[in-house]
Amino acid sequence: MPLPARAVFTDWQAHSSLESILSECKSLLEDMTFPTVRAWRAQGGKVLGHFQVYFPEELAFAAGMLPFKIRGAPLEARHADSHFGSYLCSILKTSLELALSDRVLLDMFVSHPICDAARNLAAIWGRNRDYGCQILYLPQNANSTHASSYLHNEYRRLLDEIEQVTGSTIADDDLRTAITVFNENRSLLRRLYAIKRTTPWLLSVDQAYVLTTIGGLIPRPEHNRLLQTVLPLIAAGESKSKDKIRVVFEGGFCEQPPLELLQTIGRYCYVVDDDLMIGLRWLTEDVPTTGDPLSNLAEAYLNASAYSPVQHDARKPKEHMLLARIRDADADAAIITAAKMCEPGLEEQVAYTFALNQQRIPFFVSEFEENMTSFEQLEIQLETFAENIMFD
Amino acid sequence: MTQLQTVENLVGRGNTEGADLFRAWFTELEQTAATGGHAAYVFVMGSMAEILRTFEIPMVFPEINSLQTAIRRVAHQFLNEAEDYGYSPDICGYVKADVALQLRQGDHPMGKVPRPTVAVLTNACNTYVKWAEIWERMYQIPCFVLDVPGTRDIRSQSHPGDPSFENDRLYVEAQIKELINLCEQLTGRKFDIDRLREVLGHANRMNKAWQRVIDLNRTQPSVFNALTDGTIYLGVSNSFRGSSEGSRYFERLQEEMEYKSSQRIGTLTNEQYRLVFVGVPCYPIFRRFNEFFTEWNGTFVNSTYLWFASGGANRAFEYDLTRPLASLSEGTLLSVRDAMDSMFHQDRAVLEIAETFNIDGVVFHPIKSCRTVSTGLADGRRALMSARDIPSLFIESDMMDRRVVSEAQLKNRIDAFFEGLASRRLQQSAKS
Ligand code: SF4
Ligand code: SF4
Repeated sequence: MPLPARAVFTDWQAHSSLESILSECKSLLEDMTFPTVRAWRAQGGKVLGHFQVYFPEELAFAAGMLPFKIRGAPLEARHADSHFGSYLCSILKTSLELALSDRVLLDMFVSHPICDAARNLAAIWGRNRDYGCQILYLPQNANSTHASSYLHNEYRRLLDEIEQVTGSTIADDDLRTAITVFNENRSLLRRLYAIKRTTPWLLSVDQAYVLTTIGGLIPRPEHNRLLQTVLPLIAAGESKSKDKIRVVFEGGFCEQPPLELLQTIGRYCYVVDDDLMIGLRWLTEDVPTTGDPLSNLAEAYLNASAYSPVQHDARKPKEHMLLARIRDADADAAIITAAKMCEPGLEEQVAYTFALNQQRIPFFVSEFEENMTSFEQLEIQLETFAENIMFD
Repeated sequence: MTQLQTVENLVGRGNTEGADLFRAWFTELEQTAATGGHAAYVFVMGSMAEILRTFEIPMVFPEINSLQTAIRRVAHQFLNEAEDYGYSPDICGYVKADVALQLRQGDHPMGKVPRPTVAVLTNACNTYVKWAEIWERMYQIPCFVLDVPGTRDIRSQSHPGDPSFENDRLYVEAQIKELINLCEQLTGRKFDIDRLREVLGHANRMNKAWQRVIDLNRTQPSVFNALTDGTIYLGVSNSFRGSSEGSRYFERLQEEMEYKSSQRIGTLTNEQYRLVFVGVPCYPIFRRFNEFFTEWNGTFVNSTYLWFASGGANRAFEYDLTRPLASLSEGTLLSVRDAMDSMFHQDRAVLEIAETFNIDGVVFHPIKSCRTVSTGLADGRRALMSARDIPSLFIESDMMDRRVVSEAQLKNRIDAFFEGLASRRLQQSAKS
């Protein structure tokens, strides 16, 4: 199926300064009418919405669909609230709200059994929307010798479902083309994160977040063009290094902290690495473009990937992975957050803080909600935390 | 034998024998704790008892240990200890009670619980995985995640013979073989396929009787209370799965229920309202919670809990002993998938029950601790209400944490529900 021809996000192209481009990107990210999805649909394009954390977007792209990353939204769940009980994280409710309020029209929804709450989402979504609502069962026994071939076939099954939505057949070469596009995207994002690590004064945590996250709202070739344009602009920046502590931010793998929270952190810290929207950066190396594309994607998911509290892999104890992330980024400290009511995030916090204590790495623990609006308290605590480290 | 003697011998036998077996099981665990032998920590949805019993590895069910602290009204002490240790008030209470139990070196109100030497878990609940990671860190033991892919789409289902079912089954079979390898390494014993056949044979007998026991509650009056008696049966079903004691227990339980059914001996003397329970029981006030219903002559004739907390054994999958491993993988896949469906698609489970159990109402009981079971209940209730005219009650509390159990509020809501049922009945009889 051919992709819609016209770009859906062009506002940034009229600008040449980094600041203006970033401002356009931020506006897009905060626009709860999701104009890029609407523009895509207006051209006859179909949309596959996928819930956090990882989804092999190449499958949707190869079918000519727009893979749209569902990451909740800072809005009131007026329609969705009555579909849930209490004691739940916000992202579940606001994600469903996007669908029930028709802010986002989809042709297919895919979720993953990442946690107890989210694994209920496909059934709830399916009971309330007519389009296909699928669960992609990514293997939860990543250590089984059979996991890779199982996942290959699971991808094949999902591809069949996607083909039914688009009415077209996806050839291996379509998948290889998609992998090439996404490899480029991942490589550009790696460069973006390298800037954060090496010269964090050139790119604040919220700016990097905006640039990364809009990848889930626009076709990847457009995201690639945007990143290709901004990366040299960022590298040529003239900001000077300030006296700020270098931290790793952990806890942004699913529900997203408000941009203002990131800005608050950025005032006191250089966030030199993080797990924000880790699903978009899950695969850590280029996926081979020769051979069987689905096997390559499956292998990459299992063997060349990041970590998160919602994946168990005996080879990747999460606290060890966090310590490695801190070491690799040459960070002084860690900010360990979790979304309110997020079972896996809250459980992982305990393991993380124990490991950090053992290693005598300073850390700051907090909880957040995508809808939170008050940051004064956090700001005071962060300031004290940062000062304590700097003047220790 | 006079009828009176028969009644004396049979009625209530399942509960007495169940309690005895449960105590015996715990005594065995105490012995393991004392001798320091192997202990596998497992979970009710997909315990893999079939394999572990083949290797004679004793099984510990941390979920059962935890709920017992609530029934014995000491859960709050355990929860507080885990929270002081660093765990959030907003996570599963079972996990926290177990963390405290481990910090207490296994000292449980029922006796000493052995330390794990291995953990075997499925993905039926994601918290199982997070929970096992705690033991992995505490004891550096192997944690085997048996990944059982579930239903992909509420509009369709794969079945044996379908390519996608076969993909899932092969994955499960490969993992079962890997689990066997792990057990061989741990115990130094060779896998004995004939012993597996024997265990599967017992599981078959248990499953068949369990399904029949549930079916017998269609009788009016119902022959057991799915909430209270059902919890005893579930305890035996999990801890004695694949054993001769377990299969014998369920066959005798079936005998009791057949008798009660034929003699119309109900669990209540004046059964007025037949209810279905959806969710997890309120263990901190277990007896009182049930009385809120029985005082109105209401009883639970079935529950989704009986389905999922038995790991889907209610579907009575019959293992084919001529091809044990292939059949075990198929049975595990179908049963655990079914257990998951009865949590995530509970509206369908209720509709299925409503077909044949002649029910008057449905009680949805989401709890703070368990998002696996609770997240979809409000929406499931909406779906049920639009599919069928069945009165329902939606009450929230917890299965562990009495801080979020408001007895007075629960009672008010339950009383109002029954008043509604009574007036509905009056209206219906006025119409007819
Ligand atoms: S924020 Fe946590 S609890 Fe909520 S859907 Fe994501 S992983 Fe699950
Ligand atoms: S979340 Fe629910 S199903 Fe999972 S361990 Fe806790 S109580 Fe059991």
